[in-house]
Order: sequence, then structure tokens, then C-alpha cells
Amino acid sequence: MKTATDLQPEIATNSSESTKNTLRELVAHLRQNRTQLREEWLRRIFAAQLLTAMSRDEIFAEATSVYDSYVEALETRTLETLQAYAQKLSERIIPRGVETNEVVGIVLLLRDVMARSLFAKYHTDSRQLNDVLDTYEPAANSIAITVAVGFVRERERVIREQQEALRELSTPVLQVRERLLILPMIGLIDPQRARQLTEQLLRAIRANRAKLVVIDITGVAAMDANVANHLVLTVESARLLGARVIVTGLSPEIAQTLVNIGVDLGKMNTVGDLQGGIEEAERLLGYRVVPGSEPAGV
Amino acid sequence: MDVPILKQGAYLIATVQSALSDADLLGLREAIMASIGRHRSRGVIIDVTALDVMDSFATDLLCEIAQMTRLRGAKTVIVGIQPDVAYAMAHMGLTLEGIVAALDLEEGLALLDQGANGRKS
Repeated sequence: MKTATDLQPEIATNSSESTKNTLRELVAHLRQNRTQLREEWLRRIFAAQLLTAMSRDEIFAEATSVYDSYVEALETRTLETLQAYAQKLSERIIPRGVETNEVVGIVLLLRDVMARSLFAKYHTDSRQLNDVLDTYEPAANSIAITVAVGFVRERERVIREQQEALRELSTPVLQVRERLLILPMIGLIDPQRARQLTEQLLRAIRANRAKLVVIDITGVAAMDANVANHLVLTVESARLLGARVIVTGLSPEIAQTLVNIGVDLGKMNTVGDLQGGIEEAERLLGYRVVPGSEPAGV
Repeated sequence: MDVPILKQGAYLIATVQSALSDADLLGLREAIMASIGRHRSRGVIIDVTALDVMDSFATDLLCEIAQMTRLRGAKTVIVGIQPDVAYAMAHMGLTLEGIVAALDLEEGLALLDQGANGRKS
């Protein structure tokens, strides 16, 4: 008898007549005893202190769906419906803070509860018990794997989405005047983030028709050859879109680092601080900032 | 593929409409030089908005055009380089040294006007 331990859409079991009969009996038994088996399962879930992020009513509702899906998977010997259900379930419970160990835990508890009831029913006839378990175990394992993998995949998807969102958030391109953009670089700049930053900036230059960009690196965590070279790359690409870049916020340390690395700084226009950079940019754009007659009331 | 070259006052506007072969690019150079002579143009705008890629041959040729037009007393501005193309070019080190680039036609014309008035950006 094959054990289905890889993710197949079907539960692999022997499709002989006797196995089919055993399976029918098994499913019937699990359906008949649904109420008490579900109760026992819930009792074990609470005892193991799983799903603490959810209310009793929620757990009861989900437990019912899981139980029914489990039995259906056993009956149809296909995992497609279960996979779809597992994904929907994960989408619901992940935002609630349910962890992987909890999901795997409750599925295994259900497996145990069902197995125990099969022992109880067939313990007088050890040959029949063996037949039943031969049918039940591979199916139960496939189901456990399907639910666990479904959950983990959904979690990974959420994490990827959050990382993307974080990246977007931490590299804003801001328009402060007509034709003037500011890009404050903050934190650790890895190659992927650096690339995303440049692409975002170039799109913004085109969208805002910017002629000047001030890139402030005061907040950059660590300046190394990669970041420096990427800065130069950014300056050069911006130039091809008709925009000039002023880099501001170079600390003495960073200035030293850049000189040591030997980055070609001739291509970069730099000013000490952001204020100076903005003033220079405004001047280049033809703005003149003069105090008005009376302050507005500050 | 011929690149249409239009006259706008003292300027010429060459609008690239699809990918250009090496031969097309050489033809463009000849056409621009001929037009400058015929119209005594003071500025040339080469619009590459339609190009998805720029290789080293194309960038070298654009640099050549800029140098040649300068010798004839005209300034060349390249406009319409797409963000992705700009990134790829900078990445490959094709930075069009010595060429002026502007965002689009409007900017390019403004740049040429400024140059004509002696004001520097």
C-alpha cells in the first residue's frame, strides 16, 4: 500500500473492493459520531491551549468546517477541495495571529481523536482494525500535510507582501516644489532596495517632470562601494531623463569612505546638508525666497 | 526605416518611431547633417521615446551626431529616454557623455531656447 506523503491531488490508496468498503464504513462512522468526536477534539484543543487568539465560538465554527472537510477528503479521496479550504482558512486566521504550530497541532489532534475512536470501535477484531488503519493512516497523513503546507504557503505570501509594502514605505519620493523632488534615503540599502529606489525615482522624475532631485543620505546606515556606485548610477540615469541630482547629508565619515573607495565623485553634485541642498536647487530652478511683509501669525 | 525630420523654426526635430537598425542609424546621421545644412538650423532634437532599448552602437552614434552638429554650430538634445532604458544605459556605462538629455520635446525645446538666449540652467 502506497503512503501518500507528497502533495498529490488524490489520496493514494489501494482501490480494491474491500478497501472501498472499509473506507465507506470509516466515513460513515466518522459522520455518525461527528458530534461527540468534534466535542472531544475541541476539548483537546482547549486542553493544549491552542488557538488562544480566537474566541470559543470562532473555534467551534472553524472546527466544524475542518471536521467536515476532513471527512469529505477521506470520502472522495481527493484533496482539491481541502486545499482550497485550507487556503481560505489560512487567509482568515493568519491576521488573527494564529501560528503554524497551532494549525499543525489541531490537525494532528483531530487525527488522534479519529484514530482513537477507530480503535474503540474495532479493538475486538485486530485484523479488521489493521485494515481500517491501513486505509485511514495514509489518508490522514495526506490531509495533515495538505493543511499544514497550505497554511505555511499563505503565511509566506503574507510575509512577502508585507516586505514589499515596507520597502515602498521606506523609500518615498517627495515633491517639494514644481520640478523639484526630494528622496530621503534611510536605513540599510541592499542591492534590491537600491534598484527599487532608482526605478521609483526615475518614474517619479518622469511623472512630475522634475528637473532637480535632492537625494539626502543623512539616514543611510552604512555607506559602502555598492551603495556609492548605485548612487552614481542613479545620478547618471536621472541625467538621461534631463534631471540634475544634488546629493546632501554626507557626514565627514561618509565623505572619507567615498574618497577611500575611490568612487568617481566628479559626476556628483554634493552639498553638506539638506537645507543647503534645497536652497541650491531652488536657486538653480530660478526661485528666490524672500520674507513677506508680515509673518502669517506664527 | 526613415526617421522623419521636421523643421520647427531654427530647430530640427527627428522623431524615432521604432527600433532602428545600425544602417538606419547611419542614415539618420546623414539625414540630420544634410538638413542642418539645408535649413541652417541652430538646434536638433532627437526624440527616442519609442525606443525600448539603446545599445552601445546607438549611443555612440548619438554622441557622434552631437559632435558633428556642434561643428556646424548647432546643439543637439536627446529627449524621451524611458526610465527603464535610462537605468539599463547607466548600468552598462553608456552615459552619453557630452550630450544633453531632456525629459521630453517640450523640455528639449526650452533647453534650446535657453541656450539661444545665453542663459544657463
